[in-house]
Amino acid sequence: MKHLTVAGVLVLISTILVYLLLSNIGLLPVNASVEAQPIDRLFNLHYWAIAFLFSLIVVFIAYSLIVFRRRNGEDGDGQFFKGNDRLEITWTIIPLGFVIFLSYLGSVTLAETRKAEPQPLEIKVTAGQWFWRFEYPEYGIVSDKMMMPVNKQALLKLTSLDVIHSFWVPEFRVKQDLLPGENLVKELRVTPNLTGEYKVRCAELCGTSHAYMESPVIVVSQADFDAWVQEELNLLGADPSARGEKWARNNGCTSCHSIDGSVSVGPTWKGLYELEQQLADGSMVTVDGAYLHNAIVNPNAQVAAGFPANVMPQNFKDTISEQQITDMIEYIKTLK
Amino acid sequence: MKTFFSYGLVKGLIGQVIGSLVGAGLLTGIRALMGLGWKAEPAYVLGAAFGVIGYMIGIGGFRDWFSWARGEETPDVEDIQEKPGLRRYLGYSLDHKVIGIQYGFLSLFLLSVGGTFALIFRTELAQTGMQIVSLDFFNTLIGMHGMVLIVSILMGIAAISNYAVPLLIGARDMAFPRLNAFAFWLAVPASLVLVSAIFTGGFDTGWTGYPPLSLRAPLGMQMFFVAIFFAGWSSILGALNLIVTILKMRAPGMNLLRMPIFAWAVLATSLIALTATQLIGTSFQMVSFERLFGMGFFDATRGGNPILFQYLFWFYSHPAVYIFVLPGLGVISELLPVFVRKPLFGYKWVAMSSLGIALVGFLVFAHHMFTSGMEEYLRVPFMYSTLLVAVPTGIKFFSWTATIWQGRIRFPAPMLFVLGGIVVFLLGGLTGPPLGTVATDLHLHDTYYVVGHFHDTMFGGYIFPLFAAIYFWFPKITGRRMNETLGKLHFWLMTPSFLVMSLGQMAVGMQGMRRRIADYDPAQGFETAHLIITIAGFLIALSVIVFFVNLIISARRGAEAPGNVWESRSPEWAILPSPAPMHNYEKPFRVVGEPYDYGLKGSTYVEIAPQSTGD
Repeated sequence: MKHLTVAGVLVLISTILVYLLLSNIGLLPVNASVEAQPIDRLFNLHYWAIAFLFSLIVVFIAYSLIVFRRRNGEDGDGQFFKGNDRLEITWTIIPLGFVIFLSYLGSVTLAETRKAEPQPLEIKVTAGQWFWRFEYPEYGIVSDKMMMPVNKQALLKLTSLDVIHSFWVPEFRVKQDLLPGENLVKELRVTPNLTGEYKVRCAELCGTSHAYMESPVIVVSQADFDAWVQEELNLLGADPSARGEKWARNNGCTSCHSIDGSVSVGPTWKGLYELEQQLADGSMVTVDGAYLHNAIVNPNAQVAAGFPANVMPQNFKDTISEQQITDMIEYIKTLK
Repeated sequence: MKTFFSYGLVKGLIGQVIGSLVGAGLLTGIRALMGLGWKAEPAYVLGAAFGVIGYMIGIGGFRDWFSWARGEETPDVEDIQEKPGLRRYLGYSLDHKVIGIQYGFLSLFLLSVGGTFALIFRTELAQTGMQIVSLDFFNTLIGMHGMVLIVSILMGIAAISNYAVPLLIGARDMAFPRLNAFAFWLAVPASLVLVSAIFTGGFDTGWTGYPPLSLRAPLGMQMFFVAIFFAGWSSILGALNLIVTILKMRAPGMNLLRMPIFAWAVLATSLIALTATQLIGTSFQMVSFERLFGMGFFDATRGGNPILFQYLFWFYSHPAVYIFVLPGLGVISELLPVFVRKPLFGYKWVAMSSLGIALVGFLVFAHHMFTSGMEEYLRVPFMYSTLLVAVPTGIKFFSWTATIWQGRIRFPAPMLFVLGGIVVFLLGGLTGPPLGTVATDLHLHDTYYVVGHFHDTMFGGYIFPLFAAIYFWFPKITGRRMNETLGKLHFWLMTPSFLVMSLGQMAVGMQGMRRRIADYDPAQGFETAHLIITIAGFLIALSVIVFFVNLIISARRGAEAPGNVWESRSPEWAILPSPAPMHNYEKPFRVVGEPYDYGLKGSTYVEIAPQSTGD
């Protein structure tokens, strides 16, 4: 009985120490959304459970190893007892009750993260290898960064162009995969409550440049958000090359084609215009407007030497308008 | 030279090369007759499949079965006396102990290969930016690390089960010795095909092979699929054999509740492997066929659904982790009483908890899909079932703790690894519920937290018990003990390093480190943590090298240990000399007591049956 009491006290002390450790070493990033609040509370409960159960087993084992070890010159066996059904039933029933309780709390927390506000800001999030695109249907804006007004729920409608991606902003806690297929659009609700710059980071392995599939998520005041909307709308009237730059980013072109001359998945755009380009079949071609147009709508027709075919999406003909392609060619012309 | 070509291993390899050429040639020939040109993918797939069959023909895996088909007699396995020596281990032996050791060698070889892959990408991750490998090769490496080690684990548990189960239950061999050898040798060409994936373009999907990404991956993806198909077949056949052996071949008097507890764990594991493995074969086969024939299973534009794959895949791949850990937990339960000199606390409960884990394990698979976009309501029932696994697992931990309580505890190398396994698996178990409750999983899913949690369960449930089992049964295999000092060095080098590694992984994961990324954002501030994790990884590798050195030195010059070195009650120690002779027990034994009654004066577990009652 003395042994049990000592070990029991040690378990309690250890539980508190482990809990304090877990909750004070900064295991979670900044908490920046309304949905993250209940999730972090549930994490806190998990810390308690982990601290207690870890201490319970480890303290009893460590105590035994020290106190009941076979000392030098000792021989013989331990105390003979083979089991105790009442004890076994106890440590079946109590954990059973606890996990059911934990599951119940888990479902309540899940429901809290899914709470729908009336009139959320709708953002269509499209992922592709390897870029993010954010459309604001209310304003007719498409952007490569996600602007969000603070304290307003955003309803994200998520879809993918090619493989499975996953939308995750660690500071918002919640995560949802994006699936290819028109009938597989998924929804996620996020209400940012802390202004700042974050990043959406693709959390589902999606091929070569998965690691770099990150885009800015910027939470600003409603006034700043409105100003940004106005700025984006004004840009549409600007010169073609400025618009072209925007289309290029929105369509993920620049995640494979660098604009600074560095080598990437596809040929760089810097100095591309009017370049004497060797093609995969050995022939030479001068890069002009017609070549660039063809390279966008029919990318496998004239592949540049040294780069694999079938990497670039084949359907830009359908997804990018003729006007936008013209703008993008104007943009490429400016990259000397 | 002539003797070189007489080794089964060599004949098998020649068969595999010929088979591959025949398969690829056959397909190309048919295409040529149809007026079509060379196409790499179908030729490689058929070639790889024929290659595996060719290997099995080459090594003689079908020889006896072909003889029976022709109506010819073959010698009874009981009457075969294989010549001792290295040669047995390189060919088609039917002795379960030889096959167990063959499994062990293959497992440790794959462990080294898979571990080396990890060291390469850990070096890459030690700092931000890309230094030593390309993005695509990194992605291939993580997938190969995963799958090579999964096969290694399957081989490892087969090694322990094959070697120990017939000895523990008093059988002269496995129920189906030919099938046993067949199952092992099938895994050899399958492993070669798996490793060949690196040289055929690799694959950038990770070991999970999710479509649509796997539909677009390079040719290496198909090699991976073919390899897993055959490795899975091997696993199914091995499981079938173990179930029949455990149910039908026990010594007289050994009713199920007097069976060594390890046999219960193997029984539970084998039931899962026998019934679930088909699903991973099917899911990979469907992706393979979609690639080869354009069948639109998973491509939304062809009316398929990518989520379908995840249901099929996880229906095996979640229970699979219980396949990996249950035998290890069985090793812990089996060895613990020997070293604490006390009965296993609550034998019945521990035995039933293995079956409980196996059963509940089938009902939890969709917790891998909480963020996948499956039907949303399904997340709630799967959360309840997932957390339910904690109950039978908890019974094991409480029973082990009670077993250790008031024992008379000794700490030789195998016991150290048993204790290390308990603590590490406890960490793996306790870090599970945050992944099980959906809301917290929304944050943790696909992060390094999962990586850390998973490595805790694998090390605690498999790696530590594997080393414990090797240190424990090595004298039975070789008649010599492993070097105790090197064993302790191995343990004390590996355990702290591993804890630093896995706890570090979990910490960066919670802070926002995604899994499976070749490079990470310097702004997140993970560089120091990753450097430490990498160093810890290398220290683990160093400790395993110490282990290998110990294996080689001790096999040649270890202290001789012909008798019951651990003072165990178990029949393979109490009755058999070491090394264990061919066909095991010369005379049948009878079970007259409980397996773990250490401390009960005058009791024994088994005694040799009097001659008159023998048949």
